[in-house]
Amino acid sequence: MARMHLELSGLTKSFGSLVANDHIDLVIEPGQIHCLLGENGAGKSTLMNMLYGLLQPDAGEILIDGEKVAIHSPSDAIAQGIGMVHQHFMLVPVFTVAENIMLGREYTRAVGVLDRKKADALVTELSERYGFEVDPEALVEDIPVGVQQRVEIIKALANNARVLILDEPTAVLTPAEIDELIAVMRQLKENGTSIVFITHKLKEVKAIADTITVIRRGKVVGSAEPSATEEELAELMVGRAVDLVVDKDPATPGDTVLRVEGLTVIDERGFTAVDGVDLEVRAGEILAVAGVQGNGQTELAEALLGLTPIAAGRISLDGNDLTGRTTRDRLDAGIGYIPEDRAHDGFVGSFSVAENLVLDMARRAPFGKGLSLRTDEIEKNAQERVEEFDIRTQSTDLAVSSLSGGNQQKVVLARELSRPLKLLVASQPTRGVDVGSIEFLHTRMVKERDNGTAVLIVSTELDEIAALADRVAVMYRGKVVGVVPADTPRDELGLMMAGASKSEAEVVATENPTTLGTI
Amino acid sequence: MSETTTTPDTVRVPAPAAIEAPADRTRRLRVGSLMLVFALIGLLLAIFTNGGKATFQLVSGDLQNNLFGVPAQATALILGILGVIAAGAYVLRRVPQSYSGYLATLLGICFIGSFLCWAAAGKTFPLANQFQGTLNFATPLILGALAGVLCERAGVINIAIEGQFLVGAFTAAVVSSTTGSSAAALIAAALTGVLMAALLAVFSIKYLVNQVVLGVVLVVFASGITGYLFDQFLQEDAANMNTPDVLSAVKIPLLGDIPFFGPILFNQTILVYLTYIAVAVVTFVLFETRWGLRVRSVGEHPKAADTVGIRVKRVRYSAVLWAGVLAGLGGAFFTVGYAGSFSKDMTAGNGFIALAALIMGRWNPIGAMVAALFFGFATQLQSQLQIIQTPIPGELLLMAPYLATIIAVAGLVGRVRAPKADGEPYVTE
Repeated sequence: MARMHLELSGLTKSFGSLVANDHIDLVIEPGQIHCLLGENGAGKSTLMNMLYGLLQPDAGEILIDGEKVAIHSPSDAIAQGIGMVHQHFMLVPVFTVAENIMLGREYTRAVGVLDRKKADALVTELSERYGFEVDPEALVEDIPVGVQQRVEIIKALANNARVLILDEPTAVLTPAEIDELIAVMRQLKENGTSIVFITHKLKEVKAIADTITVIRRGKVVGSAEPSATEEELAELMVGRAVDLVVDKDPATPGDTVLRVEGLTVIDERGFTAVDGVDLEVRAGEILAVAGVQGNGQTELAEALLGLTPIAAGRISLDGNDLTGRTTRDRLDAGIGYIPEDRAHDGFVGSFSVAENLVLDMARRAPFGKGLSLRTDEIEKNAQERVEEFDIRTQSTDLAVSSLSGGNQQKVVLARELSRPLKLLVASQPTRGVDVGSIEFLHTRMVKERDNGTAVLIVSTELDEIAALADRVAVMYRGKVVGVVPADTPRDELGLMMAGASKSEAEVVATENPTTLGTI
Repeated sequence: MSETTTTPDTVRVPAPAAIEAPADRTRRLRVGSLMLVFALIGLLLAIFTNGGKATFQLVSGDLQNNLFGVPAQATALILGILGVIAAGAYVLRRVPQSYSGYLATLLGICFIGSFLCWAAAGKTFPLANQFQGTLNFATPLILGALAGVLCERAGVINIAIEGQFLVGAFTAAVVSSTTGSSAAALIAAALTGVLMAALLAVFSIKYLVNQVVLGVVLVVFASGITGYLFDQFLQEDAANMNTPDVLSAVKIPLLGDIPFFGPILFNQTILVYLTYIAVAVVTFVLFETRWGLRVRSVGEHPKAADTVGIRVKRVRYSAVLWAGVLAGLGGAFFTVGYAGSFSKDMTAGNGFIALAALIMGRWNPIGAMVAALFFGFATQLQSQLQIIQTPIPGELLLMAPYLATIIAVAGLVGRVRAPKADGEPYVTE
């Protein structure tokens, strides 16, 4: 396969007043794994979308093997040999694997009739070559996320991609799957394919990169060797020294606050999302629920708040049965909630910071009075919260949607913590949040624990779990496969996230350490 | 990659039969009680059936021969009980979820059967007429629903089918009257259907106008312009402008000789045959060809289609314009296929009923056809019953199919799933 030398020169893109990419220069050498490291919102995806023809640069050029090329659309990019695996997969869920792979370059017999046999054969051939096990006739919506990602990779390879862009490919994978992905990437590299690997996870970068380019606020701020330490990389990425470890004393757990017994949730497709879960969270401790996305954690959190109906089981808070109570009752009983998708469920984007800070309290004194709102009280509250939670906004009248992800999340946390809480449920509290805000949010949640609140955190990030948890409950296919201490090795957690029991995980993890686990 | 790493599988397993999701339970009880109501009405009708024999006439016009008689009350009772069993089995979860559609169909057939026995007891019911009329009412509905399937599979909601019907009907009448050529009339109707479709396409795909509002506006526009032209020209000179030739029936050899169904299905006009062909062609094209795959991809996940180099908007334009051909032909049926002249707003909401057929048929061409036939059957039944005189007002009966649609759309036949990007304009930065 022909190798490609790819050069981006002075690429610039702005959206309104925001300069997402500011004169970015980048060289991708043939057959290299090139890591683009940067925080959420640093401009990595914008850059790659320009390379893939989904966005048009305002200035700058793209050179392939020294020659300037114009990429106006994804088909131009594909024709040049550029393939991309998007963070949110670009697969049609109701199509089969083979249909997805041939979409856009269909095999046909006479008069445009699809040749499914040929497409199936191609899928089988490519998946055998790379050791994937993919059934060409399976519907994409029925296969696991990890396999969907392989379908995306096969799709790019079927188009003879010489440069493969992987946008945050590990977010949806278990550690074991990440290991397999790394093996695939190395195999591709040996065949001469260049890989652009976009991530904000330092461990992964160190494990696989040949070259590292760091992007911050739309600019290339430097490059690093894979031998650099995590602290050095983090400092380059954030722009200042970062404390990767949250200061926290050992927990002093009190009485059981939340008790969940036999909780079962059936999702809207009729599948078991949460399968007979028993959990206890005590005052003054953080219980982290670990697991790969889609194993029932989201539904568990929603069921605790009464946002999802439950099929069986009991939920009690401080001994009071909450099963079947409304969400408002549960909030009044002292549950705080940080939803997984903050923009969708956490706040009203077009409302101001001040309004969002009292969203759940507007009907009560001092903010509500009869049918009207006390705007002076709301404003006063907003000033205090903005101060206390270091919310970076020019004014409390600004719409929350105009804030950065980190500051939006601070608004949500500030609102939830302004009520007296017995239990805080936080689902993916730092997803899409910059490192500075992550530090703040983590510290604040630990402080809440130290105040005696029971804290339940749902996270797919093992780093976050290691930083916060006092105990870890691992979920797989809706079941809790085990509750283990916070210092359980990463590889063991990873295996449990794939369904292994605690004892199995211990044995396998010692015998077969993964690439990321050994860094 | 180590040998022992397990591949995690985040696919969820179906809930065990013992546990039912609360939403499913509510739905089952709600739908089930409605089914029970229908079943009990059927049984009640059977109890009140009297008059000895119900006679069904198998060849239209022939009142002496080809009659088929059954003991009215006994037959109605058997069907009524069967219906109750079907509804009961659904409510009590005695059959797997996936068979619930068959139960509903069985109940429907039983209900109609016992109803017919009740209505025809002691009388003669023209069964051949009933089926003939069903096809007449259903033909434009099928064409309209197919047009809807094409549009919505590509992600464009088409509320304007009614408007396309009207201009199609108008054009066919005028062109047939002035040229005397039925072929020209059909082609012209198809073309004006495409023109209406072009308006829908440009405003929804290019200018991102809300598709529901746009569709309603187009219907009002079509009604206005055909009404104006009718007043200005057709009424002035009806003899030359509004006397289209009605298409003549063409009997297909062999097939047309099949007893009972032969004359009904295969002694029809060219437009009806075109409709049969359209169902087959749309089904094949949508599911077996490159164009169909692309149409469905832009209706489900336009961005995914874009990232593999498919021109989303272009595919949507092509689907909406082809749908215009079908809707225009459906409109032509009202004048040159059936009535023989154009009158104001003569399509009388059939375009919206076609839309209901599309939804009840779950965005599937065959399903839409079955739903359209069902609606046609009910409409024809209502007029037949007026002729043989039953105690129930026909207008009440006419509501039944739409009631059934609401039940079906509410999720009787499993969950209804529209194309994911239906009605969402595709915007690129």
